[in-house]
Amino acid sequence: MSIQQISLSGRKMQVSNKEMSFLERIYVWTILKGLWTTLKHLFKRKVTIKYPEEVREMSKVARLQHMLMRDDQGRERCTACGLCALSCPAEAITMKAAERKPEEKNLYREEKYAEIYEINMLRCIFCGLCEEACPKEAIYLTTSKKIVASGYKRESFIYGKDKLVMPLDMAIKNTQSNTIQ
Amino acid sequence: MDSVFIIEKSIIIVAVFALTMLMAMYSTWAERKVAAFLQDRVGPNRAGWGGLLQPLADGAKLFTKEEFFPNTPNKFLFILGPAIAMSTALITSAVIPWGDQIEVFGRKVALQATDIDVSILYIFGVLSIGVYGIMIGAWASNNKYSLMSAVRASSQMISYEVAMGLAMISILMMSGSLSLKDITVMQANDGWNIFYQPLAFLIFLICSFAETNRTPFDLAECESELIGGYHTEYSSMKMGFYLFAEYANMFISSTILAVVFLGGYHFPGMAWVNENWGINIGALLGFLTLFAKICFFIFFYMWVRWTIPRFRYDQLMHLGWKILIPLAVINIIITGIVMVLFN
Ligand code: SF4
Ligand code: SF4
Repeated sequence: MSIQQISLSGRKMQVSNKEMSFLERIYVWTILKGLWTTLKHLFKRKVTIKYPEEVREMSKVARLQHMLMRDDQGRERCTACGLCALSCPAEAITMKAAERKPEEKNLYREEKYAEIYEINMLRCIFCGLCEEACPKEAIYLTTSKKIVASGYKRESFIYGKDKLVMPLDMAIKNTQSNTIQ
Repeated sequence: MDSVFIIEKSIIIVAVFALTMLMAMYSTWAERKVAAFLQDRVGPNRAGWGGLLQPLADGAKLFTKEEFFPNTPNKFLFILGPAIAMSTALITSAVIPWGDQIEVFGRKVALQATDIDVSILYIFGVLSIGVYGIMIGAWASNNKYSLMSAVRASSQMISYEVAMGLAMISILMMSGSLSLKDITVMQANDGWNIFYQPLAFLIFLICSFAETNRTPFDLAECESELIGGYHTEYSSMKMGFYLFAEYANMFISSTILAVVFLGGYHFPGMAWVNENWGINIGALLGFLTLFAKICFFIFFYMWVRWTIPRFRYDQLMHLGWKILIPLAVINIIITGIVMVLFN
């Protein structure tokens, strides 16, 4: 089989330049056939998902909405190294680093922490590269199945630390379950 | 000419005007819905139930948009364009018989704004003026794409008007009258024209697609070649007028098709209803029948739009001059022979 005949998609069709038959040349019959095709579509099930009332069903392994993790003592893991921002193909992440004060040892694990950490959810494509890049295991995409909430303002799609950092009660729960084990 | 007559006619005129506007408005909605459904989508569904308020939202949007004037030497013509397009689209409906007579306070009222005896010529005349709206507007836009669109629109109009007129002649030979009312009455007596003149119907149908600049003959505004065609430079409600005129034209063409070929307000059993239930109910049912026929044709226009791709310009001319016109002439000859043989 020569290379020209291989069809990877299985849909390759041989184009023919054969003369149109009389029926085809007077259009009417072919147009009627076309109209029949479109008419059938009139009664087909619609594929549209009416977001936000309906939400597309997610696969079991779907990872969405990021979370900035805390360690087992409830301290933020992120050290504002910027590797996630660097690896992000959509350039969705920005941050501003700050130095940890001595009295903040219980809040941040490393000496340098992210004072501002923002992900632009309009840009993010949920590829997970930030998670892969992070040396501190600080950022994760979660299985929460939460899709970014719709909104009318661009600002509402820029998620800051208030939305990203793991909530304290969740951290407390995690710590407790860890100690029990 | 008494005052009651004037009041009666004014009411009919206002009603017809309102109906045309309403139909044009909701055709835009229907167009989107039909397009969406034919493409397995759901279409507009946010403004009102099923998107029914969408036309109002569109109107409000168009009215509040910025009024943009291109750098044109002739502002007057620029405004005149959409005005002509809109007014010609609206005045055609004057001669359409919307129903048989009704009886109000002992008066017999014909449901027709005016029954002039050259209705068909009138419609053809006004329809051809409609292209001036496009031409003038496009010329005044000072834009090459608009101009090209106007050239296309006018040559298309000229080519298809011939075939349309010739197809009409075979109908006129049968009815012996140019009045739409007479044609309807004749169909009520002898059966609908579509059964006697299927070829004329087909030709007329194709030509009305071309006359209203609808796909597959929308060469005047083909987005892929001419940006927006003649309304490229228009914005705000002037643009709205052009779009509106297109839909009003579609409504009128559907009406003419329904009146000339599908028996207008006639429905099987009309005489019986008139006798037993009174002519008012008969007229109402007649009007609803006509309305249903019109809606079918409007749907057909949209259905075709989302089925057939646009013709190439040379194909368009080929179809018009070399196929439709000879066919129409042959149809006239056959009609003549049959009439001589069977009368
Ligand atoms: S998931 Fe991908 S796109 Fe989104 S922030 Fe992380 S690296 Fe960027
Ligand atoms: S989330 Fe991870 S990769 Fe990103 S700045 Fe913090 S520590 Fe670095």
